[in-house]
Order: sequence, then C-alpha cells, then structure tokens
Amino acid sequence: MNAEPSTTASTSNSRDQIAQILADVPREPGAAKPDPILVADGVLRRFGGLTAVDVDHIEVQRGAITALIGPNGAGKTTFFNILTGFDQPDAGDWLFEGRPLKGLSAYKVARLGMVRTFQLTKVLSKLTVLENMRLGAVGQRGEHFWTSIARPLWRAQEKSITEKADELLARFTLDAKREDFAGEMSGGQRKLLEMARSLMTDPTLVMLDEPMAGVNPALTQSLLGHVKALRDEGMTVLFVEHDMDMVRDISDWVIVMAQGQVIAEGPPHEVMRDQRVIDAYLGAHHDQPLAEVADQVGLGDLDGLDIVDHGNQGEGAS
Amino acid sequence: MDWGYIFTASATAAVGFLGIVYCLGAMGINIQFGYTGLLNFGEAAFLAVGAYGLATTVATFGLPFWVGIAAGMAGAILLALLLGIPTLRLRADYLAIVTIAASEIVRLSFRSLTFRKTFGGTDGLQQFASQFFALNPLPENSFYKFGPIQMNERNAWVSIVGWTFVALFSILTFLLMRSPWGRVLKGIREDEDAVRSLGKNVYWYKMQSLMIGGIIGAFGGFMYALGQSAVQPDNFTTNQTFFAYTILIVGGAARVLGPLLGTLIFWFLIQFSDVALGEAVNNHVITFMTAEQAAQVRWVLAGVVLMLLMIYRPQGILGDRKEIALDER
Repeated sequence: MNAEPSTTASTSNSRDQIAQILADVPREPGAAKPDPILVADGVLRRFGGLTAVDVDHIEVQRGAITALIGPNGAGKTTFFNILTGFDQPDAGDWLFEGRPLKGLSAYKVARLGMVRTFQLTKVLSKLTVLENMRLGAVGQRGEHFWTSIARPLWRAQEKSITEKADELLARFTLDAKREDFAGEMSGGQRKLLEMARSLMTDPTLVMLDEPMAGVNPALTQSLLGHVKALRDEGMTVLFVEHDMDMVRDISDWVIVMAQGQVIAEGPPHEVMRDQRVIDAYLGAHHDQPLAEVADQVGLGDLDGLDIVDHGNQGEGAS
Repeated sequence: MDWGYIFTASATAAVGFLGIVYCLGAMGINIQFGYTGLLNFGEAAFLAVGAYGLATTVATFGLPFWVGIAAGMAGAILLALLLGIPTLRLRADYLAIVTIAASEIVRLSFRSLTFRKTFGGTDGLQQFASQFFALNPLPENSFYKFGPIQMNERNAWVSIVGWTFVALFSILTFLLMRSPWGRVLKGIREDEDAVRSLGKNVYWYKMQSLMIGGIIGAFGGFMYALGQSAVQPDNFTTNQTFFAYTILIVGGAARVLGPLLGTLIFWFLIQFSDVALGEAVNNHVITFMTAEQAAQVRWVLAGVVLMLLMIYRPQGILGDRKEIALDER
C-alpha cells in the first residue's frame, strides 16, 4: 500500500500522527473531529424533484487528507460546488476556519484560502503553461486596471511570481512545457497543471474534484504522490473520488456519500468493510434503498443523476 | 477607365473618417471579444452614445465641445453598466442577444418623435463641430497629398486626430494586454470558472472590459460625428457592428494591430470594388448592370473575400494558426 517511499518523517503532519489524532473519532456519519477546518450543517440542494445533496452534518479535519467518495450520482460534486461557492444550496450553513461561507462568491471563497480544481480539467488553452501558473498568484498589483499600464509598478512582483511558478512547475515535472500552450498538453499533464496552478494561491484547504479521473496509470502514482506532499506541507486536502482503490492509498479519513447523504465515515480500511458502503457500491441486497444507484454503477455510466456531477468524463474507470 | 482615380479614391477612403470610425469600433470589440470573449453585438450603440453625447451637449444644450466629449465617454460607461449588470452573469450567448437588442433600442430612442427636440429625430443633429474645426492648425483652403491620398484641410484634420486616437488606443491595448490585468481577461476568455476558482472577481473584470471597449467605441462615435459634422440615428445600425467584427476577424482578433490592418484592407477593398465597378459601368466596360446595381455588388464581393479568408486563414492576417488549432482538439 505504501507505493511511495515515506518522506514525512521530519514534518509535523505524518500519516501516523494524523491516524492517532483521528483514532478516537467515532465511526459514524457526521462525526465531530478534534480540529475541524471545514464544518457544514444541513446543506440541501434540490434539482426539481431530485434531492441531489442532503448533508446533515460534516466536519473535515485540519491537516488531513479526507476523501469524499460515493457511487456515481451520489452528489459529491454538487456538494463540492456548494462548498466552494460555485452553486447555491436551497438550505444549509457551512464554515471555513470558523467563517460562514454561505452566499459568498466563488472568488471570495478562493481568496480565503479554499481553492478547488475541477473534474473536467480547466486549463486555459491559449495561455502558455507559465501564464496559467502566474494567473494563479493572488494579490497581484498588476491586476488592477490603472497600475497594470505602468510596468515598473508590477515588474518586481511579477518576477517573484515567476520564480514561484517555476519552482512549482519543476516539482510537478512540467518545467519542460513552460512555454507551450496549455491546450497542447495531455489529459494527465493538464491535471498536474491545474493542481500546480491552484497551489499558486497559497491555499490552506485544497479541494480536488476527481484528481485521478482520466489519467493514465503511470501518472496516477505521481499524482497520488503530489497529493500526499500537500499534506506533508501542512495543507488540508479534501478530494472527491468514486474509485475506492485510489482512496485507500492516500486518505486519512473517508466520508462516503450515497444519494446525497453521508452514509458512513472512518479510516479507509474500516470504511471499506462497512456493510452500508458495500451495499451502496455493489447493491448486494434488493431491498436496500440504495440498490438503484449501485446497479447503475455496476452497469457503468448509465446514470441519470450525472447532471449532478457536471458531466461524466473519466468516471468509466469504476 | 481611370485606374489612377480608382486607386486614389480607394486609398483616400481607407484612411478617411469612416475608416477611423470602424477601426475604433473594431478596437473596442477587440478588447471585449478578442481578449475577454464577451460577444458584444451592440458596439454600434456605444458609437451612437458617443456621437450623440457630443452632438446633443453642444447642439441642443449649447455647452462647450469638451463637455460634449466628457458626456459621450460618461454615456459609454453608463451604457456598459446598464448592459453589463443584468447580463454579465449569464452565458456568453445571452450577452450577444441582449446587446444586439440594446443597440437597436438606443438607435430607435435617438430616432423617436418623443425626443425629437433633444436628439433631432430622423434628421439628427448638426452644428456642433465648429469648435473642433476651430482647433485645426492647418491653413484654410489648403490641400494635402500623401502618395495616393488626397484631402482638403478639414478632412486632413479629422484624419490626423482620428488616427492619433487609433495610435493612442493601440498603445493602451498593448500596455494592458501584456500586464497581469490582460492575463486575467485572456483567462476569462478561455474559462471563466477556472479564473473564478483562482480568486479573481470575474464579473468586475468583464465589466471593466465592456467599459473600456465601450469608451473606445465612443471615440469612434466622436469621429463619425465630427467627420460628417452631423449625426443621424441610422448611421448606427447593427450593420456597423458587423462590419467592425469583420474588420477584427480579417485583421486578427486578440492582436493589438489586428483592427488597424483589418480596417485598411476591408475599407480599401470595399471602396476599390465600388469605385472600380462604378467606373466600369460608366465607361461601358460592364454593360449588364446599372450603376445602382454595381454599388450593391461590392458587398457581394466583400462577402466572397471574407469567406475565402475564413476558409484559408481563419486566424486572420495577424493571427497564429496554432491557437486556432487548439480549439479543434
């Protein structure tokens, strides 16, 4: 299971330490965490007659990698969109570092240190890889209209932004692509660029929407390594995934959603033995209310609820 | 046929006031559409607001020329706000629908009987340009020749001022688009949600883009009003917007000098085919058309040229084929 050599010995957030902190947390939906960075209450989102998200209570531990998993159409991405200000719920409140985010625009949420990526990767095709990275930096003087005209006012800052971008590009092994258009890159490289770009905002909480979707297996390992590195640097990671095998490797805590609700929580190995989770994924019992959803997962992508997940690219991997 | 005359008339028209008007219109669209991806089909309204802002202030209210210029610019900002507040949150195609409708509303308002006393109805307004021509340093009744271009002192003055504005706005566009501010705009053109997720206030950037493009358009309106010393509402039909788009696409969108090159080519071709066909009919070289019919044929030719460009050079003269190819992935 430890595919990557552990480099966490010297840092404060090693996987074992996180496991210790989370050891006493009850294994039940909506469990309270010792130091939650994100807390959501009663979040409800309906699309017509369909209740896409109905989350009573959820807490995300600071400094840990938390996976939000569930079968297709479970409402993961919709919940994600709500938390990051890209969608508005019908009801509910959620706090990031104790600050209510309800009604806040997506860009303000990002400025608070909660940055996200997208399931369908959003690189800016006709900008170079480097320009994509530079765009991510926050508090740029040159982004104001009047100061933008006079280069001396932002030249120095631009230089330090470029240095930071180059460091990140090297770390994500994209430095050779620096001057290429982002649109020329492969799907996996785009995922890497999107993640690197999100780090330009100096986030405290990184929200990754299916970071492994549509990425070839060779690159998957490298992506997993990068996600682990974020935790090692003290960032909190919340990521959406529907493939349990991916989750097992890197997450400290797993929250399982099905049909819009949180049905289970716990460390990855315990959660995967949980009967409710197995039923949700496999639909073993006909009398289970979740059987419908699980059936569809078994068949592939024939998922009427996919509007909720904003498309289904890459979800065929299940 | 007098080829010398045909060439002189075409070249003169290409750098004349109408060329300036369309160039400034295309430059405004270049900021909005070329760099930001805002499909503004109502640029004619910004030109109209500029022209009428100037003409109404001076001719109707008797205020000084410079107040008129300020009024035209303020009008463009106001129009950008009015258009932008309800529509910039919507998808791009909605902006296109709303702006095309708004541009007709603006034109019909200037044209309406209700406001006849203020805007002059279908006749429009005159007698507001004297202060502008009083500033002309060129001696009266003088005549100027630059190569094939021939102008009297009034037209030369309009051209000098107009092309100076084109140069200034080109420099402004260059400075803006090499800056981080321009980078945000280009990012919005590619994917506004991605830019939003990086903490940029996309809505406000779009609004700024709409305003700046609108103000450049208003200067096009000033040049229209001054160039013919009159404004009429029907100068500002949606055709004007589409010509400006054509110019931008011929020259190359999201290129600083795209609108300038596009204007010279487009306007020269339009004038050349018009004058050449007219001459051919008058000299009985072409006998199957009347002069009136010939005058319409130029638009057919312009259309054919545009289609050929779109097929063989979709990125425009200054564009980069590689960028267009990225869309096909």
